[in-house]
Amino acid sequence: MRILKCLLLLLIVSSCNNKKESESSQTAKQVEETAPEIAATDLEVYDFNGFQKFLQKKDDKIYVVNFWATWCAPCVKEMPYFEKLSQEYKDKDVEVLFVSLDFPHLYESKLIPFVKDKNIQSKVVALNDVDMNTWIPKVDENWSGSIPATIIYKNDVSKFYEKSFTYEALENELKQFLQ
Amino acid sequence: MKTIKILASLTLVVVMSAFTINKVVVADGYKIGDVAADFKLMNVDGKMVSLSDYKDAKGYIVTFTCNTCPYAVGYEDRIIALNNKYASLGYPVIAIMPNNTDVQPGDSMDKMKERAKSKGFTFPYLLDKDQTVYPKYGATKTPHVFILQKTSQGNVVKYIGAIDDNYQDASKVKTKYVENAVDALLKGQEVPEKETKAIGCTIKV
Repeated sequence: MRILKCLLLLLIVSSCNNKKESESSQTAKQVEETAPEIAATDLEVYDFNGFQKFLQKKDDKIYVVNFWATWCAPCVKEMPYFEKLSQEYKDKDVEVLFVSLDFPHLYESKLIPFVKDKNIQSKVVALNDVDMNTWIPKVDENWSGSIPATIIYKNDVSKFYEKSFTYEALENELKQFLQ
Repeated sequence: MKTIKILASLTLVVVMSAFTINKVVVADGYKIGDVAADFKLMNVDGKMVSLSDYKDAKGYIVTFTCNTCPYAVGYEDRIIALNNKYASLGYPVIAIMPNNTDVQPGDSMDKMKERAKSKGFTFPYLLDKDQTVYPKYGATKTPHVFILQKTSQGNVVKYIGAIDDNYQDASKVKTKYVENAVDALLKGQEVPEKETKAIGCTIKV
């Protein structure tokens, strides 16, 4: 239902452009006809309330949650390190989640093609919630709002980073959670 | 006795280091109430601009922004509108482009000139060429606004944060943080919301 709602929003947002409007209507229609799983395989879109569960899992796994966007060059640069980390530590119960902050009207034209082209293996979700002043401090009170930003957490222990990573630096941070 | 003393100091060391580790390193920069330093930066018209050039100003809407960040671009029209509304009331917009132009060539002075011309910027658009101004302010991203009020003590920081609460659609904005802040200052009142958060593009170093 939320996904449908977000698609509707996407439709409204892109309605300023006539050409896009017809494209989006088609997409929305397709999704409606073919049930939610199509949309789910393409992209999960959440507002912050819906997204919050990804920061609150308590299943003894280590979650590496990276906030990024296709337009953010330093984010795109570090993504392969997260992918590598996910591969290398697959057996250690480490899961990487990419949280896209791309503009909703660019999901179809930029975000989804990017994820496919780069063959991103880790889970990608989109966070679409304009009331940033409310949700940014809930992610971390010290986050000024620049991206890339990353949270690593395991159950109740978490650490927040408002910075770019090299693979080594990222691995070092992860190791603190492995001990 | 000596053992106890050693133990006590050890405990102290442990407690202190624990505190240091837990304490998240907060980026240096201005806090609300700090006096902001003036600067002298080149504008897109080739002239050098300082805050002190604005003799009649009551304060300033210092806005770190750039050509290349989609969030900053999304706010351009609203930044122009802010200047059009508040410059004549004594709060001009002073826009500063903080990125390293070697890393982000789309933000070079030439590109800034093009952008200022095509958008019809009514405010100075300054290049922080040596990247010394934005760290002093503590700007971390574009767009990032600092509202200063001119007082006898200097230019006091009264607001830090976002322009409003909807980066996607200006027509759906519920709270205009910057306008509310300047309106309050013009009436001699406290700024209702002094700090806000928003997603933005990291300043390129």
